[in-house]
Amino acid sequence: MTEPLLAVQAAAPEHANVDYWSMLFVFVLSTFIGLGVVRRVSRLLHTPLMSLTNAISAIAVVGSLVVAGADYPVVIRVLGGVALFASMTNIVSGFMITDRMLKMFKKR
Amino acid sequence: MTNAIAQIAAVLATALFIFALHWMNDPKTARHGVIAGVVGMIVAVLATWIQPEIVHHGAILLAIVAGFVVGVPLSLVPLTAVPQRTALSHAFGGLAAGLVGAAEYFLSIGTNPASLTPFRMSALVAEVILGFLTFTGSLMAAGKLQEVKWIPQRPVTYPGQNFVNIGVLVGAVVLGVVLVREPTAAWASNAFAVIIALALLFGVLLIIPIGGADMPTVISILNSYAGLSAVAMGFVLNNKLLVTAGALDGSSGLILSIIMCRAMNRSFTNVLFGAFGQVKAVKASGEQKTWKQETVEGAAQLLEQASRVVIIPGYGMAVAQAQHKVRELYDALTKRGITVKFAIHPVAGRMPGHMNVLLAEADIPYTALVEMDEINPEMPQCDVALVLGANDVVNPAARYAKETPIYGMPIIDADKAKTVLAVKRSKNPGFAGIDNELYVKDNTWMLFGDAKAVLADLVKQFSAGGLH
Repeated sequence: MTEPLLAVQAAAPEHANVDYWSMLFVFVLSTFIGLGVVRRVSRLLHTPLMSLTNAISAIAVVGSLVVAGADYPVVIRVLGGVALFASMTNIVSGFMITDRMLKMFKKR
Repeated sequence: MTNAIAQIAAVLATALFIFALHWMNDPKTARHGVIAGVVGMIVAVLATWIQPEIVHHGAILLAIVAGFVVGVPLSLVPLTAVPQRTALSHAFGGLAAGLVGAAEYFLSIGTNPASLTPFRMSALVAEVILGFLTFTGSLMAAGKLQEVKWIPQRPVTYPGQNFVNIGVLVGAVVLGVVLVREPTAAWASNAFAVIIALALLFGVLLIIPIGGADMPTVISILNSYAGLSAVAMGFVLNNKLLVTAGALDGSSGLILSIIMCRAMNRSFTNVLFGAFGQVKAVKASGEQKTWKQETVEGAAQLLEQASRVVIIPGYGMAVAQAQHKVRELYDALTKRGITVKFAIHPVAGRMPGHMNVLLAEADIPYTALVEMDEINPEMPQCDVALVLGANDVVNPAARYAKETPIYGMPIIDADKAKTVLAVKRSKNPGFAGIDNELYVKDNTWMLFGDAKAVLADLVKQFSAGGLH
């Protein structure tokens, strides 16, 4: 097992063998976990919730990192670099503004 | 070795993200959620960065620094600008997904066409369609919220609009299906580019007919799309962490959309294809019943004699930036032993939870912020309901007037209070173009003017000693 996890360009047979059913399985389960957890989120916090999930979904950063950083043609890496920039912006501003808003919720 | 690290990191980050959302269930623990999210993200980024195939570290550093340079100021915007910041970040999320999808496709077709299996190709098509439509759609939404000059605020509608919109989307999907069947045909790259163009176009067309009052729902739907595009990226890259984190975001957006739609008694399709704003004023200036205007002095007296006051804020409060004046009034009233609560309608403002954040910013304790369903049973005991820049969410016509677009929408029962004081900027009808009969009820008194100015005058009444 030495092939990279983020097998972007990995050999053809590997992609053919990817276990898409387990990916779908993961998707369905995490959606249900998400629904269960988010349903309990305080209604007071729906705005920070949105900025927090926004920062979390900037996990696209890991895909962008590979496309921007691997040894691909320049055009591809530029696309990846822009994607990386966009994801990073979301991570930074998303977490920071969430914290800024949450700080304001006081019981007195 | 690095592979094992990546796997462990993915599991760890997923768990941390779930905890992050879990801790949001209470304002007391919510800030732990941010820490969990940050740690999860750092773990995920580092575990990816150390992978051996990553060689261009300079470019990565550059992009990360640029992300900080833009991200930090974006996190410091005034809280009234949070809806457009949120829309903008959905745009960035969509853009990242779309670009990675495009890069992956052109990479695969050039170097490894065999990897374009039907499943992976389907995921790629879904990723770019969702990503790019979220990109332009969210940019449009952000533009409307920011009131950018060349983007019309009012909903723009034309005959056959839904036909055109759905046609564009169907066109992109059909092309996608064709590509899934023949991902490596000579024309495939061009077809892929056309899909991207159609998705970009669809995002714009989708938001053009949307007006301000629908923004909470639209932002929630775009939130969901941004998450789903990350999921699709996960399928393309065979990366489970992208799938889990994207699914968390997608389900969060879905729940918020459902809450928003319920709060307006409308369906998704009705919001996206209903062109709410097209409705003309149903009986504007038809009725002769008129409102009664109250002076600031009189309003202050009414408030002072009350023992229970409910303040109902709306977008008007945000526009006037009146939240700090609200706080002063809140202090003046509570100091006199008057119970003051805030009634928060789910769609008040321009995004879910908008009012709560503004009021919390003004240091109003969150225990005073009460949801619609909880406050409504208490409204008959309320002495004064102070309506502050809210309109449609307190319009009793929603209960029975079938011909109005707000029919069936749950409202805050301001009219059941013993006295209603309504602060309103102008005498025009609200967004939906419907007269609000709350304003002409026998127990309603109007205070016309900018919410901030009116509140400042009210507070002055309390402090100037005119009232003891």
